[in-house]
Amino acid sequence: MSSYKAQFKVWRGDVQGGGLEDFTVEVNDGEVVLDIIHRLQATQAPDLAVRWNCKAGKCGSCSAEVNGRPRLMCMTRMSVFTREETITVTPLRAFPVVRDLVTDVGFNYEKAREVPAFVPPADLGPGEYRMMQEDVDRSQEFRKCIECFLCQDTCHVVRDHEENKRAFAGPRFLMRVAELDMHPLDAAEESGLDRKTTAQDEHGLGYCNITKCCTEVCPEGIKITDNALIPLKERAVDRKYDPLVWLGSKIRRRSS
Amino acid sequence: MSVVDRQEWDVVVVGAGGAGLRAAIEARERGARTAVICKSLFGKAHTVMAEGGIAAAMANANEHDSWQVHFRDTMRGGKFLNQWRMAELHAQEAPQRVWELETWGALFDRTKDGRISQRNFGGHEYPRLAHVGDRTGLELIRTLQQKIVSLQQQDHRETGDYESRLKVFQECTVTRVLKDGSRVSGVFAYERESGRFFVLEAPSVVIATGGIGKSFKVTSNSWEYTGDGHALALLAGAPLLNMEFVQFHPTGMVWPPSVKGILVTESVRGDGGVLRNSEGKRFMFDYIPDVFKEKYAESEEEGDRWYEDPDNNRRPPELLPRDEVARAINSEVKAGRGSPHGGVFLDVSTRMPADVIKRRLPSMYHQFKELADVDITAEAMEVGPTCHYVMGGIAVDSDTAAARGVPGLYAAGEVAGGMHGSNRLGGNSLSDLLVFGRRAGLHAAEHAASLAFERPAVDDDQVDSAAAEALRPFSAEGPAPGEEDGRPPENPYTLHQELQQAMNDLVGIIRREAEMAQALEKLAELRVRARRAGVEGHRQFNPGWHLALDLRNMLLVSECVARAALERTESRGGHTREDHPAMERKWRNINLLCRLTDPTGGLAATDPVRGQIALTRETTDPIRADLLALFDKEELVKYLAEEELYE
Repeated sequence: MSSYKAQFKVWRGDVQGGGLEDFTVEVNDGEVVLDIIHRLQATQAPDLAVRWNCKAGKCGSCSAEVNGRPRLMCMTRMSVFTREETITVTPLRAFPVVRDLVTDVGFNYEKAREVPAFVPPADLGPGEYRMMQEDVDRSQEFRKCIECFLCQDTCHVVRDHEENKRAFAGPRFLMRVAELDMHPLDAAEESGLDRKTTAQDEHGLGYCNITKCCTEVCPEGIKITDNALIPLKERAVDRKYDPLVWLGSKIRRRSS
Repeated sequence: MSVVDRQEWDVVVVGAGGAGLRAAIEARERGARTAVICKSLFGKAHTVMAEGGIAAAMANANEHDSWQVHFRDTMRGGKFLNQWRMAELHAQEAPQRVWELETWGALFDRTKDGRISQRNFGGHEYPRLAHVGDRTGLELIRTLQQKIVSLQQQDHRETGDYESRLKVFQECTVTRVLKDGSRVSGVFAYERESGRFFVLEAPSVVIATGGIGKSFKVTSNSWEYTGDGHALALLAGAPLLNMEFVQFHPTGMVWPPSVKGILVTESVRGDGGVLRNSEGKRFMFDYIPDVFKEKYAESEEEGDRWYEDPDNNRRPPELLPRDEVARAINSEVKAGRGSPHGGVFLDVSTRMPADVIKRRLPSMYHQFKELADVDITAEAMEVGPTCHYVMGGIAVDSDTAAARGVPGLYAAGEVAGGMHGSNRLGGNSLSDLLVFGRRAGLHAAEHAASLAFERPAVDDDQVDSAAAEALRPFSAEGPAPGEEDGRPPENPYTLHQELQQAMNDLVGIIRREAEMAQALEKLAELRVRARRAGVEGHRQFNPGWHLALDLRNMLLVSECVARAALERTESRGGHTREDHPAMERKWRNINLLCRLTDPTGGLAATDPVRGQIALTRETTDPIRADLLALFDKEELVKYLAEEELYE
C-alpha cells in the first residue's frame, strides 16, 4: 500500500464556457479515476459535477475523456498512468456541456426513439418462443451495450460535425438496428418494415466508413464495426442491388 | 414564494428501475397518463447491476418445478416472516412476467431445446433463474426501457408527441409526496441539471426507489440508494415494515479498497464455485443450520455430484441462503482463517475450464481482471460480505401494492416490505420487481381513474415549505445549539462518511444491544449537524447540494433500521444479534412498524431516546391453511409456535 499525490487537470465550466482547473490530490493503491474525482468533491470542490452510478462498469454513466481518450472513469485504473503524469479529465466532446464533466446526452435518447421497436411474431404467445442459443448469440453480443455513449462520442461522423447529427444515428443505434435485424423472432419484415433499408435511408449507415473507432473505445469489448455495422452494410447493399432479393421481398410482401 | 411549474398527470412513478418501469408500462397500457421520475439517466437504474437472474418456476430445466415449490423456497429463505400472500402471488405470476419480456424483445440464454435456460441459485430447490450470462439486470432494464420507447412511438404515431401519455423525467429528484387531507395529490421535485423546482399533480403515486445501501460503508449499492422512497413514505404518513432486516451479500470484492463492496454474483457458486478458508478447507459444510440439515450435502463428494445428478444428491452448502453464507464467512474471518485482505477465497478456477468461466461469468472475469488484476480462470477471488438489499420497506397490501393508510400511494420493488420476510433469495428480486411493479401500476391507474372528476388538490403551503426545505442547504450557517457564533456549515460529504461508518460498525452484519444504542446517539448527533449541512456554488448540477438533501432520507431510514434492530431480540435472516443468537418462534409472527413521531411530517426532533421514529408491534395474519399444507409438519415445527400449527 502506498499513496502519492497526483496532478489533475479537470475541466470546469458550463455552457457559457470554462477551462481546465489544476488540482493536487491523493491517490491510493488500486484506485480508479472516478475515486479521485470523488475525493476532489469531498475535499476540494464540493460542487464538481459528475455523473456516476454503479462504479463497477455496468451502468455506463461516468463517461468522460481522460487524457483525450473516451473512457469510463470507474474502469480507468490510476495504475495505467505514471505517478509523474498529469491526468486531464474533460467532458465528452461530441455532446453539449451542461456543467463540468456532465454533458447533455439527449441526442442519444432522440436517436433511440427513431429506431422502430421489436415486432413480436403474431402467431406466438408468451412462453411459446423457441430460439436456439446459436441464433441469439449475435444479438446478445449487441445487448451487452451499457449505453455509455463512448462510441457515439468518438465517432468522427459526429465528433466534430454537428451538422451530421440529424441524419446519423451513431454506432450505438445502428448496432441496435443490426441487433433487431438479427433477432431470430423479430417480425418487422412481415409487418412491412425493412430494417436494412431504413438503416441506410433513415439512420445514416452510409456515413460510417468503418474506421472502427467505436469498437476501440467500447468498454464491453463489443465488435461494433465487424459484427454489427459491416454485416448491416452488406445486407443493406444486398437488399438494394440484388434483383433476386428485391423480387423475393416483393413477392413475400404481397402474399402476407 | 417562487412560482413553481405544475403539470397534471394521472400516475406518477418515482424511480425507473425494474419495478418503476414495469409499473409505468402497466399504468400507461391501462390508459393512465403516466410520468416516471428518476434521479439518473433513463436506463441507468440500479437494476442494471443485478447479475444472476430472474427466479420463475417455468420448469424449463427441471420439470418438477412449480409455483408451490418456489413459494416454499421463498418462505424458507425468509424464515417464514414473509407476507405470505405476496410470496404466493410472486411465485404464481413470475413465469408470466418473464415470458412477457420475451414478447418485448428480451433475449435470454437458451436451453438445448430453445426454451429459456434456468440456473441454480442459493435456496432454490431447482434451477430456476432465467438469465443472460451474468448481466441479467441489464437485459431486464433495457427490455423495459425499449418497451417504454415502443409505447412512446405508438403515442407519437397517434398524437404527434412522444411524451403525450408516457414521459420520463430523468435526472430529477422527488423530495416530498404532497397530500390533500389523507390522500395523495402529487409530488414536489427538482431537476438535478438546473436545480429548478416543479410539481407533478397526480392522484396516484407509485414509489419504486429501491434500497438504502448508501447508509452503509461497505455496500454493493450505487449512490442512488439513499432510501428516498422509504423516507418519502414515512413523511407522507405511511409506516415502514421490518426495517431491521438488511441483507449482507456474502460475496463482495474486498480488495483493492476502492472497489470494496462491489458485488460478486452468486452465479459463481450456482455454477460450481466453492468457498475456502486460508487453510484450503470448504468451510460451509460446518455451517449448515438445523433447519436446513436434510436439504444440503454432507460431503464434498455429494455436493459435487449434485451438479450432474440433482435427483439423487443434495446441493452443496455454498448454496445456502445468503444470510447463512454471509455469517459463515464473517465467522471464518473472525477466527483468523481469512484471506490476506480480510475475506475468504471463492474459487472457480479449479472447478471449470477457463473458456467456460469466460462464457458463463463474463462480467466477473472482466471486473476482477480490470479492477483487481486477478484472473479468475487461474486463481481464487477474495470475497467478503457487503450490504446489498433491504428486506424491510413500505408496508403494503399484498394484492394491490397500496401503502397502508395513505390512499393513492403505492410501492413496489425493494422499497416495499414484506415479500421477502427476513431474508431474500437471490433471483427473487428481479421477479419481485416485475410482479409487483405491474400490480402497483395496475392499481395506481385504477385509483387515478376513479378520481378523474375529483382530483385531489395540491396545497400551495406544502409546495412552499417543500421549496424552503430544499433550499435550506444554501443558507446553512450559524451556530449549533450551545456553540459560539460563526461556526462554519457542516460538509455533507463528511456527514455522509460518518453515517456510513456508524451504520457499518454499529448496526452491521452482527449486532449488539450496546452498539445499537450507541448508533442511535450518533444518529441524533448527525441529525443535529445535518440541519447545518451547507453547500457551495449554485443550484445547477450541484452534487454537494443533492447529497445534503439525500442526507435527510438516509438519517431517517438509518434510525428505522437501528431502532427496529434494537427491538427485535432474536436472530432471523438478515438480522443477527450476538446477544440473542437463536431464532425465536414467538417472534415469527411479529412485524415491527416504524412511523414518524411527528405525524405532520415535521423533522425537528433531536432527542436520541425519542428520535424521529416510533415503533409499534403487530401480529401477522396466520398463514392460509392450504399454503401451510405445502410443508411437512416436521419442518413447520421448527418455525411456527404450537398454537399456529393447530389453528
